[in-house]
Amino acid sequence: MVEAARRVLSVRDLVVDFVQDTGTIRALDGVSLDLHAGRVLGVVGESGCGKSLTARAVLRLVDRPGRIVSGKVLLDPGAPAQQELTALDPEGEAIRAVRGGRIGLIFQEPMSALSMHYTVGNQIIEAIRAHSGLGKSAARQRAIELLQEVGIPRPETRIDAYPFQLSGGLRQRVGIALALAADPEILIADEPTTALDVTTQAQILALLRRLQRTKGMALMLITHDMGVIAQMADDVAVMYLGKVVEFAPVQQLFAAPRHPYTRALLRSVPNIRAVPRERLATIGGAVPHPESRPTGCAFHPRCPEIIAGRCALEMPPPLPPDQEGASCFHVMPKMMVDA
Amino acid sequence: MTVLEVERLSKSFPIKSGLLQRETGRVRAVQDVSFSIARGETLALVGESGCGKTTVARCILRALPPSSGAIRFSPQEGTTIDLAPLSRSALRPIRRHIQMIFQDPYASLNPRMMVGDIIAEPLLVAGVPLAKRQARVRELLELVGLPPAARTRFPHAFSGGQRQRIGIARALALDPTLVVADEPVSALDVSVQAQIINLLLDLQDRLGLSMLFVAHDLGVVRHVSDRVAVMYVGRIVEVAPTIALYARPRHPYTEALLAAVPKPDPMLRDAAAAPRGEVADPANPPPGCAFHPRCPHAVDRCRVELPELREVAPGNFSACHRAEELTLVGVA
Amino acid sequence: MSIATSSEERFAQASQLQLTWWRFCRHRLAVISLAVVAFFYLVVIFADFLAIADPHAVDARRSFIPPQGFALFDSGAWSPHVSGLKGVRDPRTFKLTYTPDPARKLPVKFFVRGYSYNLFGVIPTDRHLFGIEGGQPVDGVFLLGTDQLGRDLFSRLIVATRISLSIGLAGVTLSLMLGILLGGISGLYGGAIDTLIQRLIEVVRSIPTIPLWMGLAAALPNTWSVTQVYFAITLIISLVSWTELARVVRGRFLALREEDFVIAAELAGASQMRIILRHMLPSFASHVIAAVSLALPVMIVSETSLSFLGLGLRPPAISWGILLQDAQNVQVLAGAPWLLCAAVPVIIVILAFNFLGDGLRDAADPYG
Ligand SMILES: Nc1ncnc2c1ncn2[C@@H]1O[C@H](COP(=O)(O)OP(=O)(O)OP(=O)(O)O)[C@@H](O)[C@H]1O
Ligand SMILES: Nc1ncnc2c1ncn2[C@@H]1O[C@H](COP(=O)(O)OP(=O)(O)OP(=O)(O)O)[C@@H](O)[C@H]1O
Ligand code: SF4
Ligand code: SF4
Ligand SMILES: [Mg+2]
Ligand SMILES: [Mg+2]
Repeated sequence: MVEAARRVLSVRDLVVDFVQDTGTIRALDGVSLDLHAGRVLGVVGESGCGKSLTARAVLRLVDRPGRIVSGKVLLDPGAPAQQELTALDPEGEAIRAVRGGRIGLIFQEPMSALSMHYTVGNQIIEAIRAHSGLGKSAARQRAIELLQEVGIPRPETRIDAYPFQLSGGLRQRVGIALALAADPEILIADEPTTALDVTTQAQILALLRRLQRTKGMALMLITHDMGVIAQMADDVAVMYLGKVVEFAPVQQLFAAPRHPYTRALLRSVPNIRAVPRERLATIGGAVPHPESRPTGCAFHPRCPEIIAGRCALEMPPPLPPDQEGASCFHVMPKMMVDA
Repeated sequence: MTVLEVERLSKSFPIKSGLLQRETGRVRAVQDVSFSIARGETLALVGESGCGKTTVARCILRALPPSSGAIRFSPQEGTTIDLAPLSRSALRPIRRHIQMIFQDPYASLNPRMMVGDIIAEPLLVAGVPLAKRQARVRELLELVGLPPAARTRFPHAFSGGQRQRIGIARALALDPTLVVADEPVSALDVSVQAQIINLLLDLQDRLGLSMLFVAHDLGVVRHVSDRVAVMYVGRIVEVAPTIALYARPRHPYTEALLAAVPKPDPMLRDAAAAPRGEVADPANPPPGCAFHPRCPHAVDRCRVELPELREVAPGNFSACHRAEELTLVGVA
Repeated sequence: MSIATSSEERFAQASQLQLTWWRFCRHRLAVISLAVVAFFYLVVIFADFLAIADPHAVDARRSFIPPQGFALFDSGAWSPHVSGLKGVRDPRTFKLTYTPDPARKLPVKFFVRGYSYNLFGVIPTDRHLFGIEGGQPVDGVFLLGTDQLGRDLFSRLIVATRISLSIGLAGVTLSLMLGILLGGISGLYGGAIDTLIQRLIEVVRSIPTIPLWMGLAAALPNTWSVTQVYFAITLIISLVSWTELARVVRGRFLALREEDFVIAAELAGASQMRIILRHMLPSFASHVIAAVSLALPVMIVSETSLSFLGLGLRPPAISWGILLQDAQNVQVLAGAPWLLCAAVPVIIVILAFNFLGDGLRDAADPYG
């Protein structure tokens, strides 16, 4: 069970649809998550399972034809100043103060957060001033400090560089500095190292961990790499087809995964310590498109532990938020006893 | 018996700039690369982005003309041809013996052709008669684990992993002597990646394929290769049998690469020390050993003298001045 | 390993062409536009058959007759008819003008005999879709009224449609050939020849089109026949528009050369010819079709504007531009505003082609 760290963000039963002329795609199907101050929540799953969409929905960045159908996103849940982000105007002043203010965002491709036409300094200074009352020169001083903090050598000169003059690794560091500009309490990092080389990835992960610990931030780290999860996360949410199918502390997840999907996923990761020419465990088939979501448990067509006559018809009950467990008929009974 | 022997292969690209697109420098993408592949062997070529892996692969396939060096290829026992100087027309009869598996399962299949026609194209071009072609396509589909009905469908009806199977079937159509696979599983989801890795392992066993396997994921490489060549900024810095290379790397860059891989085990945290600095720019590599600005073991000599690739232990080659004296850490 | 189930069979078996078509069908406006364009080209094919009166037949007595209604019933019974014309002497000018006389009913019949023409240019006939038989020489079905010289505007508009739309088609065909040839050479060979063609394109595109056309058109000898002028005008308007098509073709060629599936074909040992015909051409055919349907309206407008300015086709040729030219002066506009209806098909066709082109482009390349 998660220890009593302060909850800073709650996502409850979030449902997101994409309405297209070929039909409606339910891309998120009741996602519930909690972020705690000073903890790292790893969100893992294969392509298209809704990881990025969850992050975008939290920040109200779901573009048309996407639409949040139901569910809540609460900032500071339970506190007197609780804010319901899902109730805000997605273009309004209030959500913009949260975006890049209380919640920092780091993208897979740092260029999507940076503009080609302004220097790195301009962009960071602008972000600092948008969320604080600092004057120009104070903001510049702060920007140099930030660049220093994210490990950019010679920040006084690099501050006047344009993003395209920097390498991929340095750009991602700038992206992180930008996300930190307003001293956020929550950082959402969507595959921050997927586009980077392993050695650069190791550097960026070390940086993220250091920043998160020293500032006591809540970090939501989205990735499809189980290695990154093992190295970074405190708690892990495993997603499959728009649902959280398992939630557990990281040690628990790797030592005794509960959901058949998690188990299979862990076994299919190529291991750097494997016996050469060893076959990997596989999951049959591929992730279905959310357009043709299987009935019952969405994993049933690929599940090696399927219960005949049940899994294909009935939906396993969803996970109660913030409790470890898995949404699977094999697991639920035990959970019920626990509760 | 050696299927492929690459000797001092180099390839540089002009850097053009300005209004008149004048050449202002050259990217030395690949420099003095030498290696060989034995029949039935899989050699992996690993390294970080931009180190020249794809360029090596494309030179061997002669999709690019090499700047210098020799690419000696033996389609059958007793015949060896140097592909490097051959013209386009001289290459055409040899093409069938070297085939390629692509990285992008979407871009590598013509969306306007039926799967059967895609797989049969190399056969058609080689003049195989219709009946034989059809039989062979069926055989190939079965080999890569697709139903025969796939023949009359178009690529858009298949998932990434299934398309990769189609690409593999096409590459195997003419029983090539050598298969060059450029990151064949990098674009796939983990669960599908495992299926394709297993398929490649099965095919290696059943057909005795010789393969050049380009990859950047050391986990994948460990599963599929017999030997590994590590590249850094256009040069090979280490070649060794897979187990030896992982257990006891002979080059500090290999050590750094292995250390940087995030291990899927939460008990082994914080052990990885990331190497400092950035990958060098191939247009402007540092003098001496290109790794010296990042190397924790660098000495003065490294900054001025280029280390040659040499045999430092039986079967292990390293391009590090201090290969013999250093004891580097690998993974168990 | 399973592949698509039978319910998805149709989708799985669909070719790229079918998929493109399905995507196209989702653009409602584009589909409507396709129907409109098809309708107009049907009119082109059957122009003379649809025309009621000889578009060249001049008769001063029926000058400026306003559009005439077309009654379907006569005292409750099915009997399509129009009114005959009655000569009235203007009490001030003493000029005899003809106006419809509701008392005299002329029945409208189908497949009547009228002026002779060659159907599809080969079959001699004098049948027309409808018209009246008998009556006085001045009588007729004037759906859109007549012009100053007493020519039936409806018939003229239909015959003008033939010229205006076919000149667009001919112009596009010409520029398509130029564009594919030069763009293809440019994209295929690259190097110096590519640079040369690219510079040529830039030079042509940098010339302002209207003055260029005006200069060229003004240079056409007065003595040339209608056909000669027709071809000359086609040539002039395609002189500029091929550059756009050449760009599309070259761009696609260069992009396709780098595509993995083209490299795969090359590695399979396929010949240049096979790569171009089997892999490259089909991949950009749809782009070319879209470019063509966007180039067509430009051509049509070009011809219309040139003719309108008196620099393009000249009477007795009939085109939309020429009809609009007739409607040019204020006096006519005040007295016979129906002459302006020649602008309606121009607007409809231009809009339809643009929507069609947009729809085709989106369908051919949903990501570009
Ligand atoms: N613009 C859109 N139109 C239709 N569907 C969309 C759109 N954007 C996202 N989706 C749907 O939302 C689902 C989740 O997408 P999301 O980007 O969150 O996946 P992800 O888990 O981040 O995957 P990846 O690892 O590939 O980044 C997708 O499967 C897709 O079907
Ligand atoms: N056609 C080209 N023109 C100019 N430079 C090129 C060209 N192709 C490759 N390069 C350069 O050569 C170097 C090696 O590129 P290459 O694609 O071989 O790397 P790679 O190891 O395959 O990298 P990745 O892992 O990103 O695929 C890079 O610096 C690249 O920028
Ligand atoms: S509910 Fe059934 S199908 Fe779903 S994961 Fe559990 S056992 Fe498998
Ligand atoms: S040669 Fe020197 S710098 Fe290069 S890897 Fe060896 S010790 Fe390090
Ligand atoms: Mg994503
Ligand atoms: Mg590459």
